[in-house]
Amino acid sequence: MNLYQLKIHEAHELIRDRKVSSEELLLSVLARVEDVEGIVQGFVTVTGDYALKKARETDQKIDRGQKVGPLTGIPFALKDNMCSKDILTTCSSKILKNFVPPYNAEVFDRLEEQGAVLVGKTNMDEFAMGSSTENSGYFSTRNPWDPARVPGGSSGGSAAVVAADEVPFALGSDTGGSIRQPASYCGVVGMKPTYGRVSRYGLIAFASSLDQIGPLTRDVRDCALVMNAICGQDPKDSTSAPVEVPDYSSFIGKPVKGIRMGIAEEYFSLGINDEVRKIVEKAIARLDSLGMGKVELSLPHTSYALPAYYLVSPAEASSNLARYDGIRYGFRYEDSESLLETYKKTRSVGFGTEVKRRIMLGTYALSSGYYDAYYLKAQKVRTLIKSDFDQAFEKCDVIVTPTAPTVSFRTGEKVRDPLQMYLNDVFTIPVSMSGLPAISIPCGFIKGLPVGLQIIGKPFDEGTILQVAAAFEESMPFEDMKPGFGSYAKGGA
Amino acid sequence: MDKYEVVIGLEVHLELRTETKIFCPCPTTFGDEPNTHVCPVCLGLPGVLPVLNKRALEFAVLTGLALNCDINSHSKFDRKNYFYPDLPKAYQISQYDFPVAKQGHLSMQTNGETRVIGINRVHLEEDAGKLIHSEDGLYSLVDYNRTGVPLVEIVSEPDIRSAEEARVFLEALKRILLYTRVSDCKMEEGSLRCDANISIRLKGETELGTKTELKNMNSFKAVQKGLEFEVERQIERLERGERIIQETLRWDEGSAETISMRSKEEAHDYRYFPEPDLVPMEIGTQIVEEVKKRLPELPQEKKERFVIQYGLPEYDAEVLTSTREMADFFEDCVKGFPEPKIVSNWVMGEMSRHMNAAGLDFCNNKVLPEHLVEMLEMLQQGRISGKMAKDIFAEMFSSGKKAEQVVAEKGLEQISDQGVLEGIVEEVIKNNPGPVADYRAKKKKALGYLVGQAMKATRGSANPQMVNAILRDKLK
Ligand SMILES: [Zn+2]
Repeated sequence: MNLYQLKIHEAHELIRDRKVSSEELLLSVLARVEDVEGIVQGFVTVTGDYALKKARETDQKIDRGQKVGPLTGIPFALKDNMCSKDILTTCSSKILKNFVPPYNAEVFDRLEEQGAVLVGKTNMDEFAMGSSTENSGYFSTRNPWDPARVPGGSSGGSAAVVAADEVPFALGSDTGGSIRQPASYCGVVGMKPTYGRVSRYGLIAFASSLDQIGPLTRDVRDCALVMNAICGQDPKDSTSAPVEVPDYSSFIGKPVKGIRMGIAEEYFSLGINDEVRKIVEKAIARLDSLGMGKVELSLPHTSYALPAYYLVSPAEASSNLARYDGIRYGFRYEDSESLLETYKKTRSVGFGTEVKRRIMLGTYALSSGYYDAYYLKAQKVRTLIKSDFDQAFEKCDVIVTPTAPTVSFRTGEKVRDPLQMYLNDVFTIPVSMSGLPAISIPCGFIKGLPVGLQIIGKPFDEGTILQVAAAFEESMPFEDMKPGFGSYAKGGA
Repeated sequence: MDKYEVVIGLEVHLELRTETKIFCPCPTTFGDEPNTHVCPVCLGLPGVLPVLNKRALEFAVLTGLALNCDINSHSKFDRKNYFYPDLPKAYQISQYDFPVAKQGHLSMQTNGETRVIGINRVHLEEDAGKLIHSEDGLYSLVDYNRTGVPLVEIVSEPDIRSAEEARVFLEALKRILLYTRVSDCKMEEGSLRCDANISIRLKGETELGTKTELKNMNSFKAVQKGLEFEVERQIERLERGERIIQETLRWDEGSAETISMRSKEEAHDYRYFPEPDLVPMEIGTQIVEEVKKRLPELPQEKKERFVIQYGLPEYDAEVLTSTREMADFFEDCVKGFPEPKIVSNWVMGEMSRHMNAAGLDFCNNKVLPEHLVEMLEMLQQGRISGKMAKDIFAEMFSSGKKAEQVVAEKGLEQISDQGVLEGIVEEVIKNNPGPVADYRAKKKKALGYLVGQAMKATRGSANPQMVNAILRDKLK
């Protein structure tokens, strides 16, 4: 086994026992990146020199007897919408092509404090708007299971580099499914914590009331370890919650007997692929066989979540993205005669099509005379969706659904049809609109392409989600399933 | 133009005197090098988040309470979206439908009558930066030091009925706000700014006329002048049978006229929506009660109390309560020298005269209440004369010395010793037989001359009342 294939907890044991240094682990990881990045194209920036410096620092600290934590010396990647001091942070947008932040995102600080080693910044749909990473302002990322297909999005780069064994873990951000859907498409574990669980400080905002950072890992145990590092209130983020963080690792391996599993009919009808449904039903039967009770329930407002989401999130985005005006940083269209022209040309040239589409949608939804009919109405729908879940959780402890209605689709297949693209997130959006935590774990394959199982939990009850996810993973492991990079030869396209 | 009624409402922006900005830890200091008080948060860099400065909220609550407002127990921030280079996020964090305070009033005196002006709302928001345009007009620079300084916006009801009333309202408002110490209210430094909405209607009409909004008035006087101009302009239009166009106007101090900035059609759609980066504020009774404890006695109540407690004329009470510092100085003096009218005369007279001449105020001049008390006691005891007191006070004011010290250094102490004065008077009588004879011949004027001679002989330090009495006695 190569070092780059190790999971976090496996690598940790070797580093702790001084069998492997973090530099050795890193060099293996960097070599792997070199090998497969030509196919995957998951990174916008690879921070090789920075990583080497950090890995050596970490080794010196270990030599001096500093305690080796679970993430000490572990390489990782950050989605390129999380700020990293003195390291390019582009949001995969041309408008931020030269933006180097003078500060770190809180999550990055927390990971570095643990001694984790940043290997690079991952590709994404521009400003996290998209479900395929095809909306990147630079290039598309490919799905390691079949490079002709998309890795999902918007955290497609983070999911792909974890799936391709380029890093043991990555952070993604999830606004309407942007961690869970790519996790599903790439066959990795991806968790969106409860809104307010993880600090958003330094996460470049798409839709502030929905954005949440979470881990993408190779198994559930690793997910718990990263959650331990990044969760918890941050005084720099007023929306981060003052709720105590348990040791998530303690939920791994606990029996799930008696945990009530809710099954909502709406999640097995809305445009779901037949084979996906069958695989998810099998997964549910497996959980049932582990002693979890099954509760049939209904979440009647589910179908309104998507349209409501496409009013609320663009509305917030139209305001959040207004600051990219070419005046202080980032791209500026220089050849302008007036202030207004500078604004118009900078934004017309700097933003991609999907971003502009959503800015227009959001601006319209907030306009005087339309606010009540669109934005306000959508917020009311949001309340209804949330109360659906509140009622459901009176009868069950977790809700189990498919993560996405299909497996990964072919690159280019949906780019001309935004509505088809939006439907990818039909099962993840209601959860985001309710601020609830959820995970996506692999639960089967269709013609060599992974299918994801979504487990939704009560607010701040990520522990139970991890407990159920770990039990499922143990009973149905896919350890020997590894992405084959399709017909691509090793070493590049 | 007696058939018309003027309707004015004012919007006042006030910079709060917190140490740090409203959503980040940068200092609020005014007048430093451009872009030295900035950080990622107030520069609106990607990914940063605002964190509310609790002091700013307390100051806003205090402002609301001072203006007799109801405090909204549930308040929240909203985004006001518009593009301008001085606004780094391209939205201002402000308050739309749930301001910190609402429905208050302010009473003021104008032309001898009390007028009560409604306060519609007091809300909290962040200030923008400042553009500096190059002389050749080819480029502009932006200073973000002011970006994120906390502001309250105070919106009056359209209860003001003349340009003069608008000025009086602003003066009364400033007096109250200075009392609360939430702001230094310096219009020239931009810490107090005022916009006005104005319309005209026929007397007795209940519907409001079409309004214009007037901006860029840089002093209370300019507010009055700008509004006077606008009243006249609107009435002239109506008299000519023309309609008022709803627009935003700029007062041009140089040409003394209002100039159109933009019409209603060009007005911004600010697309307000709730600020998702900040949680709603619950301003509970506990916070309100805490802040209430810091609410000082306000000018109107203080004035009424001064009249009753100290038996002062209305005029004195009005002047003494014009600032909290003056009122405090007066009261501190009265504690040591319980003759309110005498203290009032000195504080309003000599003290104010010297401060105005030196450009100082009660916070930074050298005379402390106990110094004035000591001098007034010396005066009362006859150790110094009224005239000497004025000279001594001048010295105290310029040097900061105490009265005793000034008297000692200049040998100014008044001679009030009966024996000493009798000797001096006898000498004067001996040396001035002519005037003495005149006095005895009932020429009363001669007495003044003789007193003068005694004062001259003592270089002004003899107690004139005592000299007078001794002379009368000896010349009987
Ligand atoms: Zn700042």
